[in-house]
Amino acid sequence: MDLDVLGQRTRLYTGGRAFDRRLPAVVLVHGAGHDHSVWNHQARHLAHHGFGVLAPDLPGHGASAGQPLASIEALADWLAAVLDAVGVERATLAGHSMGSLIALEAAARHPARAAALALIGSAAPMPVAPVLQEAAETDRPKAHGMINQWSYTPASHLGASPAPGLWLPGANARLMGHQHAGVLATDLAACNAYQHGQQAAAEIRCPTLLIYGERDQMTPARAARPLREAFTAVPGGTRVVTLPATGHALMAEAPDGVTDALRGFLAAR
Amino acid sequence: MTTTPYGRETLALHAGQSPDPTHGSRAAPIHFTTSYVFPDADRAAELFNLERPGHVYSRISNPTNAVLEERVAALEDGVGAVACASGQAALHLAIATLMGAGGHIVASRSLYGGSHNLLGYTLPRFGIATTFVDPRDPDAWRAAVRPETRLFFGESLGNPGLDVLDIPSVSAIAHEHRVPLLVDATLVSPCLQRPLELGADLVMHSATKFLGGHGVAVGGVVVDGGRFDWEASGLFPTLTEPYDGFHGMDFAEESPVTAFLLRTRREGLRDFGACLSPMNAFQLLQGLETLPLRMRAHVDNARAVVAHLDGHAVVERVSYPGLESHPDHDLAARLLPFGCGSILSFELKGGRPAGRAFIEALKLFSHLANVGDAKSLVIHPASTTHFRMSAADLAASGIGEGTVRLSVGLESAGDLIADLDRGLHAVAKLLKE
Repeated sequence: MDLDVLGQRTRLYTGGRAFDRRLPAVVLVHGAGHDHSVWNHQARHLAHHGFGVLAPDLPGHGASAGQPLASIEALADWLAAVLDAVGVERATLAGHSMGSLIALEAAARHPARAAALALIGSAAPMPVAPVLQEAAETDRPKAHGMINQWSYTPASHLGASPAPGLWLPGANARLMGHQHAGVLATDLAACNAYQHGQQAAAEIRCPTLLIYGERDQMTPARAARPLREAFTAVPGGTRVVTLPATGHALMAEAPDGVTDALRGFLAAR
Repeated sequence: MTTTPYGRETLALHAGQSPDPTHGSRAAPIHFTTSYVFPDADRAAELFNLERPGHVYSRISNPTNAVLEERVAALEDGVGAVACASGQAALHLAIATLMGAGGHIVASRSLYGGSHNLLGYTLPRFGIATTFVDPRDPDAWRAAVRPETRLFFGESLGNPGLDVLDIPSVSAIAHEHRVPLLVDATLVSPCLQRPLELGADLVMHSATKFLGGHGVAVGGVVVDGGRFDWEASGLFPTLTEPYDGFHGMDFAEESPVTAFLLRTRREGLRDFGACLSPMNAFQLLQGLETLPLRMRAHVDNARAVVAHLDGHAVVERVSYPGLESHPDHDLAARLLPFGCGSILSFELKGGRPAGRAFIEALKLFSHLANVGDAKSLVIHPASTTHFRMSAADLAASGIGEGTVRLSVGLESAGDLIADLDRGLHAVAKLLKE
């Protein structure tokens, strides 16, 4: 569905079922240069198992109007505005990669809005290689190639997609190519600039799930550890799920693994 | 190609397949099964509802077919593909996904006869009209567009004159009118041309031909480039409005870059049922493994044959885009830099009798109605596929009474030339009598 958020048309994918705000709400936030469609399987599953799902296209991404926002903090406030627009007080905030930083910051800035937090392929800080940032600004196909190279495991570079007949590297490159010029560069700069992640994590008191890809090169386990260890105030500690043989493109490479981890986390609550 | 770090030779061997996790089989297993056991009732519902990826029934998807689909999509640099029972099934599936009764297609008039039959005679019965245009005339493409036009269609190399489709120009005209360009790339394969990189939106193959290469399996495939913006076009309600026949899905909202494939599989394969046998998929995969090697050898042999025929005493002219005399020679140099394939035609002096004499003298070339086999093939249209047509009607189709079409295979070039010489000598003898 399309909704007005802060005066701009915003695409909210609801997983194939009309959004019902009486159900426990789950917001799924995509990463840099992507749109809501990275969540197809998880959104459809949760929407058909008792949750109200909102997978927005961030401003300037996909079918949402406007310009991409330049900071994680601004995107976190925008996410709260999405909840206002649909009339939802609290939701589980889940995000992938850049989207995980947005969910984290939103939960820290607006703790009353976060029923729970799920971060997928996350690290903070999330430095972006200068060569990738430069390519995103000057040579988008080259940047898309680098992201493909680093997002998938070596096995996934040759395909064998869980979804029959899809060529994942092609689909990911085309999804990034579908975004307007400047979107990816703005997103990557926002990730690189965000320095509040560990402090935000220390403020989180809601149940928190961290999902990692065992072979993730973009946010490898070593880089992810400081963030993981920063969640010191979560009652009972964070729940951590590591998906075997999976890179940074977790929802594409291990759709069932991500779905089951999210569903298990939500059900345990 | 920056999408993947791997080159086409590697993709032709590996794309779409991991070694079988259960038994370690290196070759792609043949999943000869109609259906797939659901672990429980919940999982069954989730598979049907696309909450989880996987296979339900082999008319809609099959693990062996999926390897073929992914491999061809990788070679074409698309986002995915759907395999079909034949190239004709692939063409029909693409059209039926994009339009219904009242739709209109603008197509090159230089098409494979089977495609011409579908567009010119059969689809009108279902309310879909086609205007055929000279593929070399940009104004003709533009002038043929109607409010109900939903697709441009042409072949990378047209039939029978081997016209080279100017994909960048034709796709630009299609996009001016908010419709996609579908290219039949059967005669070039992704080793000689990737139409999606040149501006096409969809690509189809008769996999029966070069992709398989062995001439043992009929099959087809349609590949989506994922670049066409269906929502922005506003002309494709089949992709941008909820479909009651499949969970109320709005395919373009579901997935902007794979919307076409979603509907093609979830409606087209499901309801029209032109699915590929997994045995055929396996056989086509065996062929694909050597596609890059074979296409280079096909082109080398074709060039040798062309050089021998061009200027021969009993040959009026040779039609091959690699020749400077071909009207599309410059375009071919730009769009087909690795070669113009291995299909060529030439006109014998002496008309129909010469054509018959030539064919009957050959021993190595197989006389049959196919192209793209590893074995060399020959046909004389005026005495076979077009035998009922008058000289005038033949000429209108771009075929002479002495036209011979060759599909140059992978035999030793010297043996092929020696065989052609047998035919040429027979024609020379006929001309003397």
